[in-house]
Amino acid sequence: MSGTAAGVEARLPIGSDLDLVWVRQHVRQAAAALGFGLVEQTKLVTAASELARNTLVYGGGGEVETVRVSDGRTQGLRLTFTDHGPGIADLEQALSDGYTSGDGLGMGLGGARRLVHEFAIDSTPGAGTTVTVTSWVARPPRQREES
Amino acid sequence: MRSEAVPEHEAAASYGTPTDEVGAFLSRRREQIAQRWADEPLFRTVFTVSRDEAVEACRSVVDALAQVADSGRVEDSDSAGFTVVREQLARMTAARSRSGMSTAQVSGEVDALRAPVVNLLVADLPDAPPEHLRECATTLTVLMGTLRLVVMETALTEVQALIDRQQMQLLEVATPVIRLWDGVVAVPLIGTLDSARSQVVMETLLQAVVDQQARYAILDITGVPTVDSLVAQHLMKTVAAVRLMGAECVVSGIRPAIAQTIVHLGLDLGTVVTRAGLADALAYALHGLGADIVHATPGGAGQR
Repeated sequence: MSGTAAGVEARLPIGSDLDLVWVRQHVRQAAAALGFGLVEQTKLVTAASELARNTLVYGGGGEVETVRVSDGRTQGLRLTFTDHGPGIADLEQALSDGYTSGDGLGMGLGGARRLVHEFAIDSTPGAGTTVTVTSWVARPPRQREES
Repeated sequence: MRSEAVPEHEAAASYGTPTDEVGAFLSRRREQIAQRWADEPLFRTVFTVSRDEAVEACRSVVDALAQVADSGRVEDSDSAGFTVVREQLARMTAARSRSGMSTAQVSGEVDALRAPVVNLLVADLPDAPPEHLRECATTLTVLMGTLRLVVMETALTEVQALIDRQQMQLLEVATPVIRLWDGVVAVPLIGTLDSARSQVVMETLLQAVVDQQARYAILDITGVPTVDSLVAQHLMKTVAAVRLMGAECVVSGIRPAIAQTIVHLGLDLGTVVTRAGLADALAYALHGLGADIVHATPGGAGQR
């Protein structure tokens, strides 16, 4: 993952369906505040929704941490989903489209990876899973010194 | 309780434990306390019809406090004495919040009841030894603090009940089935499409298909902010169920951002008929029914 963290923005629990709504709303607001366009906002919110639901359904609940990051040229939003569930034994299989260990469509993890700019997953069977995604604000060519 | 701090011969002479003393004081000075409290904002602003009404409400709170003091559990917000006034306190806090007060402000108003009653207690025991008086005042302060806690608990319970009611209302309200034309029904979906909501949507839509003998059912998702794989799965299940009923389902209201997201997510909605807007979906359905909309030509007879 590139970029330097510019401070933890929020840390939200994921323990129920209602928390998912809150995660989506929070990510949408944070992305809008950073200047994400409507399409990028929608993509990031959808990815957050998939990953938060995975954390809830397969990880047995956990939390998400949202961090504003900067690489010097542009700003971004980094979301880290952490659970202490059973973990994923075969990451490649889990990321492949159509595979699910539950009754979903099996598109969540792979789909989320396609919806964001950077994607990292770390899982230890028996210890839990951490998924980190980052999306960057697409800046117009002419940049300002400070935004 | 804390009477061991008082020299034994004095305590034995005329003073009981602080809780007994406070209980007796509350019963003895019931009327004066009620009269003073009735002028405090908490009671004065809620019971506006007559002052007697406010005084009566104050009396019942004083009675409750006296009962709690007599039971000796002044720190316990679950004391039996409070049960009687809980409903009244709930009505009062609800009235205060309706008039725009924050929870902290209501809490402050409850706290404002403390000073008058403590002052009255001090004036009521002029000959008591300072140590005993201090203990009684402390006990009364603790009791008033517990009353404040009870009020806050009541307010929270009210809020929770309100949230529960509103959740139920949302389930009901957010799924109207609209008859757009003979044989065409539509459901405008609004907000989060979680499993419970989508179940309600599916049931009401299928029922409407039967009742209206609809051949086309339109699901409009203009008001759904996020379409992720679970929402898509719910949509596809609904479409499949409608199809089983012999009707065709059209999903409309797919905004550009949602369309791009669905593509990136890798969802295959190829089996579902989709249209950008509700009007397009209606035109599609009407065409399927053989009822195309034809613009009236100038000079000619308008065609329906």
